[in-house]
Amino acid sequence: MSAPGGIDCDIHPSVPGIDALLPYMPEPWREIVQMRGVDELNPISYPARSPLTARPDWRPERGKPAATLEQIRRECLDPFGSEIAVCNSLYGVQLLFSEDMAAAFARALNDWMAAELLDREPRLRASIVVPLQNVEFAVDEIERCAADPRFVQILVLASGDHPLGKRMYWPLYAAAERHKLPVGIHAGSNYHNPPTAAGWPSYYTEDYVAQAQAFQSQLTSLICEGVFNRYPDLKVVLLESGWTWLPAHLWRLTKYWRGLRMEIPWVDRSPADIVRSNVRLSLQPTDAPPDAAGLARILEHLQSDELLLFSTDYPHWQFSGTDAIPAGLPADLVRKIKCDNPRATYARLTEPVR
Amino acid sequence: MNVQLKSQRTAPAKRRLGIADCDIHPVPRRGEKDLHPWLAGQWRERLHLFGARRRLGMAAGPAYPKGQPNASRRDAYPPEGGRQGSSLSFMQKQHLDANGVVLGILNPLFSGEGFTDPELSAAMCHAVNEWQRAEWTGKDGRLKASVVVPYENAPAAAAEIRHWAGHQDFVQVLLLSRTAEPLGNRRYWPIYEAAAEARLPVSMHAFGYGGAPITSTGWPSYYVEEMTGHAQSCQAGLCSMLIEGIFERFPELRVIMVEAGFAWAPALAWRLDKAWKTLRAETPHLKQLPSEYMRRHVWWTTQPMEEPEPREHLLDTIGWMGWDRLLFATDYPHWDFDDPAHALPLRVSEEERDAFFLGNARAVYGVAE
Repeated sequence: MSAPGGIDCDIHPSVPGIDALLPYMPEPWREIVQMRGVDELNPISYPARSPLTARPDWRPERGKPAATLEQIRRECLDPFGSEIAVCNSLYGVQLLFSEDMAAAFARALNDWMAAELLDREPRLRASIVVPLQNVEFAVDEIERCAADPRFVQILVLASGDHPLGKRMYWPLYAAAERHKLPVGIHAGSNYHNPPTAAGWPSYYTEDYVAQAQAFQSQLTSLICEGVFNRYPDLKVVLLESGWTWLPAHLWRLTKYWRGLRMEIPWVDRSPADIVRSNVRLSLQPTDAPPDAAGLARILEHLQSDELLLFSTDYPHWQFSGTDAIPAGLPADLVRKIKCDNPRATYARLTEPVR
Repeated sequence: MNVQLKSQRTAPAKRRLGIADCDIHPVPRRGEKDLHPWLAGQWRERLHLFGARRRLGMAAGPAYPKGQPNASRRDAYPPEGGRQGSSLSFMQKQHLDANGVVLGILNPLFSGEGFTDPELSAAMCHAVNEWQRAEWTGKDGRLKASVVVPYENAPAAAAEIRHWAGHQDFVQVLLLSRTAEPLGNRRYWPIYEAAAEARLPVSMHAFGYGGAPITSTGWPSYYVEEMTGHAQSCQAGLCSMLIEGIFERFPELRVIMVEAGFAWAPALAWRLDKAWKTLRAETPHLKQLPSEYMRRHVWWTTQPMEEPEPREHLLDTIGWMGWDRLLFATDYPHWDFDDPAHALPLRVSEEERDAFFLGNARAVYGVAE
């Protein structure tokens, strides 16, 4: 049982349906949605009725989980006692292939978020969903939304068209640094590439497990391309990554950095150091060993108490009751995870919203 | 936990332990010419005219140039000429004798594996198996061969396994990790059926030619990313084997993960178990936790061995996996060779050290002293 208060860094309100976005779409997009019969943008990353997609007690008899402010208050904000919760919409605008359509839908989604949730609930903040199909459009959307201090982060998916460290994406990081917005990388894919290096798996279970490998690849890319050397103030937050894979990945990456750094001479610090200064990870899910002693060892392997940020991952089913914090963690670490680390990561949380 | 690092860098002099090296890469000195004795004219002609086509763009050499020529040690060129790893006598002198290797597992990466032409793939793999027997295992009893197979053409792969079944020089089946589809897929099951029948473990060696990018988010820029990425691609292949249920279907099957490191295994097991408990309605063919199949059916060669700071963190990892799961490997003659004198700078029991360097390999490969 965790103490109340704190900042929940990863919750997922549902867009009730594509019709809900229509009021936020200018013509011709509204007409196009209706004329072409555009479907719901629900990615296969979270199948609607899969047990993981919504906890049984957070699954309404009618409608989608986490689709109304009343649901979010009753099931998430109130029981966990969160001061603030960051909304990360997983509505699949990243999956579209049309750059123009993606930009229009991302705008509508962000405006819907501001009007329907942020305007009505002062505890909520949100991430800017960006149409990364076109980096220029993505930066435009950041510039447009950044004026609203309730947008506290830029949101991208763990798997996209190209590794996120690639230079084509650097304008995104320049904008992020300029506006003090961390870049949140969330589990999920636009499925423009196969979910594994050996193609498409047969089962959803594999797809979900493979998210951890996607995060590993992105971290490798961001570090090796030199994003954090060029943008030293940039914070990247890995959302819903499972996080316990991190130490072993850094051991491997650091070993190869030592052996091959002649290829990437701009990486002048060890990957483990870079992660400790620039990368953060949300708490849920915690892919933990079965015993508290094992979890304590993994926390020791992290070699920092500043990396983890509290999250419930509401409404995804990662734990039961209100036990979002794994048992057995020392009180001062719990405080850091719930309050200090999120505040140190999300610069905009300490600024007035009005 | 209180673990002392060894102050001496080398193994104690009182007893020089013989070791197994479970990942050695021999190459034919003159390339495919050395295979001609076992390659019929039609295949020689097809190779001559069209080359070896794999699902990658470069006709020769990688699009991620290696860190050094042939990704191999600069000191491993044989004095008589030829590529690193092409001379048995020099391998004996530089590696097998010098490092006390009493059991060496050959994993030829120059083979027909991953060729897009299914028949040429089968013919080349068979020739490479004959070459291993004639030029390597037949000349040095410490060396054991892997059955290389045209894995994208599973019926032919199964036939190749059955051809060598029972031959004491062949101790495993060699697959690569980057296949056209994840390795648990049913199209590969004839391979597992034949391997289980022949009581041969199946190894999944990092690398391959499946055609998909090495990440789920496209092609990275650098060789260092490709090398780091093999751990991710091997994790995906192993997940596929576990979740598709090959260990339910072939309960005798043993799988060895080769050249992907190993420290990622515990966190992957925890993640698999957590996800499976929530999602098990999708895979009722699994009767146990994924980690339980992993604990019983899967081994890892050690190289490239992760190097945490402090090093004793690795003892937690090995404790989670089990000391009986690890098979020492150097990757000779490749550049990221793990030197047996420095690979385990930790104070561990003699029993654990023996298992790590030799005992586990003898048990898995069924090679007695």
